[in-house]
Amino acid sequence: MDNNMKLDEHTSQRYNAELEAVRNRVLTMGGLVEKQCRQALQALLKGDAELASEVDGADYEVNDLEIEISDRCTEILARRQPAAGDLRMIVAVIRMVSNLERIGDEAAKIGRKARKLADARDRQAYAGESVHLGEGVLQMLHGALDAFARLDVQAAVEIISRDLEIDREFKSLNRLLISHMMEQPQRVKNMLRVNSCARALERIGDHAVNLCEEVVYLVRGADVRHLSAEEIKRHHQ
Amino acid sequence: MDTGRQQEAAAAGAQAREPLDIRDHGSVGDAYQTIGAPFVDDAKMSARHVNVYYGEKHAITDVSLDIGRNEVIAMIGPSGCGKSTFLRTLNRMNDIIPICRVEGQFYLDGEDIYSQDQDTVLLRARVGMVFQKPNPFPKSIYENVAYGPRIHGLAHNKAEMDEIVESSLRRAGLFEEVKDQLDKPGTGLSGGQQQRLCIARAIAVSPEVILMDEPCSALDPIATARIEELIDELKDNYTIAIVTHSMQQAARVSQRTAYFHLGKLIEVGDTKQIFTMPEHELTENYITGRFG
Repeated sequence: MDNNMKLDEHTSQRYNAELEAVRNRVLTMGGLVEKQCRQALQALLKGDAELASEVDGADYEVNDLEIEISDRCTEILARRQPAAGDLRMIVAVIRMVSNLERIGDEAAKIGRKARKLADARDRQAYAGESVHLGEGVLQMLHGALDAFARLDVQAAVEIISRDLEIDREFKSLNRLLISHMMEQPQRVKNMLRVNSCARALERIGDHAVNLCEEVVYLVRGADVRHLSAEEIKRHHQ
Repeated sequence: MDTGRQQEAAAAGAQAREPLDIRDHGSVGDAYQTIGAPFVDDAKMSARHVNVYYGEKHAITDVSLDIGRNEVIAMIGPSGCGKSTFLRTLNRMNDIIPICRVEGQFYLDGEDIYSQDQDTVLLRARVGMVFQKPNPFPKSIYENVAYGPRIHGLAHNKAEMDEIVESSLRRAGLFEEVKDQLDKPGTGLSGGQQQRLCIARAIAVSPEVILMDEPCSALDPIATARIEELIDELKDNYTIAIVTHSMQQAARVSQRTAYFHLGKLIEVGDTKQIFTMPEHELTENYITGRFG
């Protein structure tokens, strides 16, 4: 059914508009969350305390959108009793907004840690490795939202397979942090903060994978949530 | 915010983006193949290559479908798609329409129900029918239920008949409501009660299959819920085929759903599959309300 997944053309124009609005609000929420993550990473890498505070405080907007979109979905379920592609759309969106909201929480967490790390003098000790991890995660998130906008299963599956690379980056950054901590115990506090940020970035990657899994569900009707990247690739690419 | 992505989303929603697995399901030619699983291992009834004509009009085109033992199968589709016509072929109700011609093979437990020596009265006792509009006889509640067993000689005395009437009314979930007024006219009951009386009348002759042609379309939601509950209970002992215009009803009561379109059986499958991930575009269009 992939080739003719469509969300408009209902006999009821209002139903079309309601579904379209839900989709647009998810993309708006996705855009906000993406911006929040980018700023969080920037604040961490550049030691920008002001930006860090901004990210930490921007969470409410994302939370409001989560509630608004869930509410729209509930209303559509109650009034329209959606079926087939429309039903999968609503179910996928309900799960996606919850993932997006958690991504927002992780970004806020990075913001909080970044504020404390703002005047760290040992930034060069972790910045390089963090850039790799952070950029990789941001690209996954961006790609996941694009895949949702385009209903592109191929792209979603490709992003899911990138998670292994993120895990490797995360482990490598952790090894680096541990060696810094062993060499210079006075750095332990800051390195633990960086470790929290790295953990948050890695979680954002996991949530981006979840978003992609919802794209596969939405388009193909297959629940791939607990399959390995390899298995998903085998069946859906 | 993010208007570029939203424009892309609009484009993706409006037209096909996915290059994978392209199959043209948009239209159905004369030669077509039903998608899904029209056949089951344990079929109670089987229809093969069914064509029905009303005079010149070709009402059903090459439909093959099994109805599984003790299953509820729902037949859905827009008006004029042939679902009711198909249902009526299953107990030869179309025989009484002079211009109607039925072709194909029909089996009930492997027996050809259109053979020369098939007694249609006996067939309709085995394959009962409940209609859209409750149609009790203008007789008492008791007589409505007793009529069938009487003409088929199922009761040998008054006590046996009382037993049949009571158990049929009980199975139809009506006995408690009418036990003190069995001699009152059936037409005096409410719409929902009348429909349950018709179901009691259908099951009084111990049918094996019950055909229901939009049994709830004249009923309010509470009476509808009662009938649906009843369908659920009846499926343990009977095989049920139901034609309905209510997609939600099909989703609620059936295990399998068959989608008809312009006289063709487009898709058949597990109800959950049909309502979450139909394969055929026409099925998807219909159940999501995309028919102009």
